[in-house]
Amino acid sequence: MSGPVYNFAYLNEQTKRMIRRAILKAVAIPGYQVPFAAREMPMPLGWGTGGVQVTAACLTQDDILKVIDQGADDTTNAVSIRKFFVKTAGIATTDVTDDATIIQTRHRIPETPLNENQILVYQVPIPEPLRFLEPRETETRKMHALEEYGVMHVKLYEDIARFGEIATAYDYPALVNDRYVFDPSPIPKFDNPKLNNSAALQLFGAGREKRIYAIPPHTKVKSLDFEDFPFSLPKWDKPCAICGSQTSYLDEIVMDDQGGRMFVCSDTDHCRKTQALK
Amino acid sequence: MYVAVKGGEKAIDAAHQLLAEARRGDVSVPEISIRQIEEQLSLAVDRVMNEGSLYDRGFASLAIKQSRGDLIEAIFLVRAARTTLARFGYAEPLDTAKMQTRRRISAAFKDLPGGQILGPTFDYTHRLLEEVMPLEAAQLADQLVVENMPKVLGLLGDEGLIEPALPSATTVGDITQDPPSFPMPRDERLQSLARGDEGFLLSLAYSSQRGFGRTHPFAGEIRLGEIEVSFVPEELGFEIVIGEITVTECEMINQFKGSADVPPQFTRGYGLTFGHCERKAMSVALVDRALRSAELGEEVGSPVQDEEFVISHSDNVQATGFVEHLKLPHYVDFQSELILLRNLRKEKAAE
Repeated sequence: MSGPVYNFAYLNEQTKRMIRRAILKAVAIPGYQVPFAAREMPMPLGWGTGGVQVTAACLTQDDILKVIDQGADDTTNAVSIRKFFVKTAGIATTDVTDDATIIQTRHRIPETPLNENQILVYQVPIPEPLRFLEPRETETRKMHALEEYGVMHVKLYEDIARFGEIATAYDYPALVNDRYVFDPSPIPKFDNPKLNNSAALQLFGAGREKRIYAIPPHTKVKSLDFEDFPFSLPKWDKPCAICGSQTSYLDEIVMDDQGGRMFVCSDTDHCRKTQALK
Repeated sequence: MYVAVKGGEKAIDAAHQLLAEARRGDVSVPEISIRQIEEQLSLAVDRVMNEGSLYDRGFASLAIKQSRGDLIEAIFLVRAARTTLARFGYAEPLDTAKMQTRRRISAAFKDLPGGQILGPTFDYTHRLLEEVMPLEAAQLADQLVVENMPKVLGLLGDEGLIEPALPSATTVGDITQDPPSFPMPRDERLQSLARGDEGFLLSLAYSSQRGFGRTHPFAGEIRLGEIEVSFVPEELGFEIVIGEITVTECEMINQFKGSADVPPQFTRGYGLTFGHCERKAMSVALVDRALRSAELGEEVGSPVQDEEFVISHSDNVQATGFVEHLKLPHYVDFQSELILLRNLRKEKAAE
């Protein structure tokens, strides 16, 4: 028995049009979660099907695709998604951030600043920033509509009262265009400043939860904080052990069971570039 | 027309004959063998062994055939067979660090001693429906097997970043010998979850990920492999190896905000299953951690955190029995309801 024949980038054109309409609405209302009729994709829900659908809807034959997971091109799921688009769309791919026209990412924003010809597509597990304060969608949509974000500020305040700082290290909520509190997906808060005023279009796809949202180029994105407890970034004691970068996000590699650790760039393209400059 | 209500015996015999025919299907198609099920539907076999609470691939395969592939029915058959077996004692606890590991992944560290081993997995396959190509013997991949691989959570434990995993202070309970009572100690809870329905536990685990009793999980380590089972016969007084089983173990790392006495540290959720049942092991680990909410002083209010709700409804043999019992005759009860209802309506009409 032979299998079905698939369209360019897997999805049929009607589905892509539906997704593009959701994307356009998302771009028009920065930070607002647009419901869309997410489809089943040939990978499990929760493994980037939202991002894959957004990428599929944006891809043209001339695009050059980069896929990263945890900042790296060689991570298993990134390899799998890249292979999927090579197989179903036959497009060119790259590891080099500067060369890519579409970058699909999970959990990181590239260290290299993006430009206006690029689209950054995020894979989103839980699009709703208020979800863990209020589990019901009927309630959270009302809260967004009424701009009722007090509960989020109370949560951040309680963190400070208990720990002396805001105890959120990733998935750090931010305010988009002075209107919607949004969930930047589980990127480390280290990456939050890169969300602000980015030259690239940033699209967020949540397949299982059937939501798309966007940050258009050069949009204000402000991480939530307090005047006396401003948003702050984590620091490492040492630079990257491979390239010596002091400005990039570092992964901890366990070397042995005697407590040996090594810290290296999570963004493999950035690490390669910095080494080449040395 | 009067419908015959006697003759149940004949009807049952005829129904079972029809069942046997339906089980066999078209006789022009070759019959599947127990060995084929064992080898080629191995994950169904694993699931039946888990929820059937009996490590016997042959029994499980036979049950799958007998049940026409209805896995809950197969689980039921295995449980019913299990209950007839003589018990001669308890095996020694497994030390999963000694596993002959075929698959080991950690989502917490990019690399670590022993490395990441994908092993046989659906992960990263594209779910494109296509013909399964015949596999030639020459194409067989080398299977990497690693012995004595250090446990990922142990690496965190060295720094005190995660709560210690302490052996139980008392004798381990046995839910197959003692009726459950609530509150239930964690060892008995884990036993119940080990035989609990995969779908039910999966949905509960999922609900906790979506905010109904949040647990902040990271898959610290998932490992699959073979491990020896030892037993100390009373008459010998020393340990002898009685066999080798395949198990899947999942150790989740979860957040914990600390309390007045304990500084913030990671906490554990644990799942262990027979065979390769990764989805189940992960679900058990998530539900285990959620059920520890009260112990860790967290707010309790979601279904997954409610021990009595979760444990009392996780067993699919119990659940299917009671749901399907509604098919049994209830003529007498129903008749009494009919009489009551007619009377009530008559009284209402008379008013």
